[in-house]
Amino acid sequence: MEATETKMIPIYIMGKRYEVPEGLTIMKAMEYAGYQYIRGCGCRGGICGACGTIYRKPGDYKIYSALACQTAAEPDMYLTQLPFFPANHVPSNYAELEGVPEDIYKLYPELFRCVACNACSKICPMDVPVMDVIAYIKRGDIEKAAFEAFDCIQCGLCTSRCFAEAPQFHIMQLARRIYGGKLAPKAKHNAEAAQAVREGKFDAMLNQLMSMSTEEIKKEYIEREIEPETAGDDWKPKDAKWLIEEFLR
Amino acid sequence: MKLSYLPGCTLKTKAQDLDLSTVAAMEALDVELEELPRWNCCGTVFSFADDDLMHQIAPVRNLIRAQEQGGDKLVTVCSFCFNTLKRASLLVKENSDKLDTLNTFMDEEEDYTGNINVVHLLEVLRDEVGWDQIEGKVQNPLKDLKVAAYYGCTLHRPKEAAIEPPNKLEALNDLITALGATPVDFPDMTTCCGSYQAVANPEIVINRTREILSSAKESGAEMIAVSCPLCECNLRENQKELGELRMPIIYFTQLLALALGVDPHLHQCEKNPADARSFLESKGLLAACTAAE
Repeated sequence: MEATETKMIPIYIMGKRYEVPEGLTIMKAMEYAGYQYIRGCGCRGGICGACGTIYRKPGDYKIYSALACQTAAEPDMYLTQLPFFPANHVPSNYAELEGVPEDIYKLYPELFRCVACNACSKICPMDVPVMDVIAYIKRGDIEKAAFEAFDCIQCGLCTSRCFAEAPQFHIMQLARRIYGGKLAPKAKHNAEAAQAVREGKFDAMLNQLMSMSTEEIKKEYIEREIEPETAGDDWKPKDAKWLIEEFLR
Repeated sequence: MKLSYLPGCTLKTKAQDLDLSTVAAMEALDVELEELPRWNCCGTVFSFADDDLMHQIAPVRNLIRAQEQGGDKLVTVCSFCFNTLKRASLLVKENSDKLDTLNTFMDEEEDYTGNINVVHLLEVLRDEVGWDQIEGKVQNPLKDLKVAAYYGCTLHRPKEAAIEPPNKLEALNDLITALGATPVDFPDMTTCCGSYQAVANPEIVINRTREILSSAKESGAEMIAVSCPLCECNLRENQKELGELRMPIIYFTQLLALALGVDPHLHQCEKNPADARSFLESKGLLAACTAAE
C-alpha cells in the first residue's frame, strides 16, 4: 500500500510561520514545529488547565481561545499559549470561613469592580458563564455559582481579560470549596462508611490482604470476577462478601 | 398579569425582606413577577460622564435580558436599581449612537432595541393594579397607623427618571391610604439619607437620620415607610444613638403584604432598636395577619 501524503498547513506560533501536518492538535503541532514543553502542558486530556491558548484567524477581529491539547490546528491560526496568568490569590483559613457570601467579599472585594463586560465568559475554553457566576456571588447565591462554575479548570484566561482585574478562577474555586464543605448537604453514606472504618470492620479484610504473598495476590487479581460491559446498575458479583454494604451491615 | 422583574443584589443578600414581601404581595394582587433568569448587578450608581459607556454595559445588558423574556417592562423595587436602570434606558433610547456602540460591543447578545420601559413597583401598583383595586383586596386594614412616606432621592431625581412629577409626591401616600393607614406629610420626604456616605463620612448619615426622624416625629408619624434598602439600613442603623427619636422603619411592600393578609417578612425589623414587628403587634395589626410568621 502506498503511503498517502499528509497535507501540510501553515500556522503562526508567536508570529512565526510553520508548516505542520493537518489534523494535529495545537499542542502536537507546536511539538512538530520544534517546541518542547516544560510548562504549559499537563494532562493532555483537557482537564488540567495548563495549556490555555489564545488565537486569531486572518480577517477576523474576534479573539479565540482553546486548550492546546484538545483543539485541532487550523490553517493560518495565529497562536500563543498563555499557560499561566498572574492573579491575586488570597490565602484563607478554611476552618474559619463561615459559609456565607461575605467570606468571598472580604477576600476578593475587587469582584465588585465587575462592569458585566462579559469578556471572561467569551474567552472561557470550557464555556463557563464566568460573568454570570460573578453575578451569582454578588447576590450571595454560592450554590448556583458553584454549580455554574463546575467545569472551570483554572486555566486563568478569564482573568487575563478582566477589565476589573478580578481573579475569577480563584473566586470561583473558593465558591466551590465553600459550597462543597459548608453548604452542600452531607452524604449520610459517607459518614456511615467512615464510622465502619473507625470500628475496624474492614481490618480483617485488609489483614488478610497484607498476609498474602505477591503470587497469591496476582492469582486473585487475574481470576477476579469482572463486571460485564453490558451489566446494569443492579449487577452484583457472585461472591458478594467484599461489597461495602456487607461490611456496613 | 406577568411582568419581568429584577430584584437586584441587595434584595438577595441584606434586604431579602424587601424581595420576599414584594413577590408575596404582588402574587396576592394577581401580578406574577417573573425574575429574569440571568441578571447581573444593575451598575449600582448611574454614571454621569457622557462618554463613560463602559458603565452602561451592566444596566443595558439587563435590559437585553428583559427583552429576551418577551415583555416591554422591567420592574424593580430597589430605588437604586430603579434609578440606574431607568436612566440607562433613557440614555440609550435618546442617543442611538450610544446604543449602537453598546450593541456593537456586546456582540454576543441580541441587539437591544431601546423599547424596555423600566418601572418601579409603585408605578405598577398605581398604573397596572390601581389604588381602588388594592383597597378592595385589603384583608387587614392598617387602621390607626400613622405612616410617614419617605421617598428618598432616587424615585424623583432627576425629573426625567422620576416615577411622578417631583413636585407632586403622591404614589407612596396614595398606597398608604389604600391600605387603610394614615399618610403623614413631613418636610423631609425627599431629603437624602446620606446614602453611601455611610462608608466614608458616617457623621453625615447620622445628622441626616436625626433630621429625618425628628421631622417625621414632629409631624405625628409612628413609623417610616421606605422603598430603598440603603435608606432602610441608614435610618435603622443610625437611630441606635438617637434615643427618643427612635422609630420603626419598614419597607412599603411589608405594609402592603401585611394589609393584603400575606406574609410581610418582617425579619430585618428585629435588628431595629425600634422594632417594627413589636410595634405592629402592639397595634394589633399582626394578630389579624395569620400569614405573618
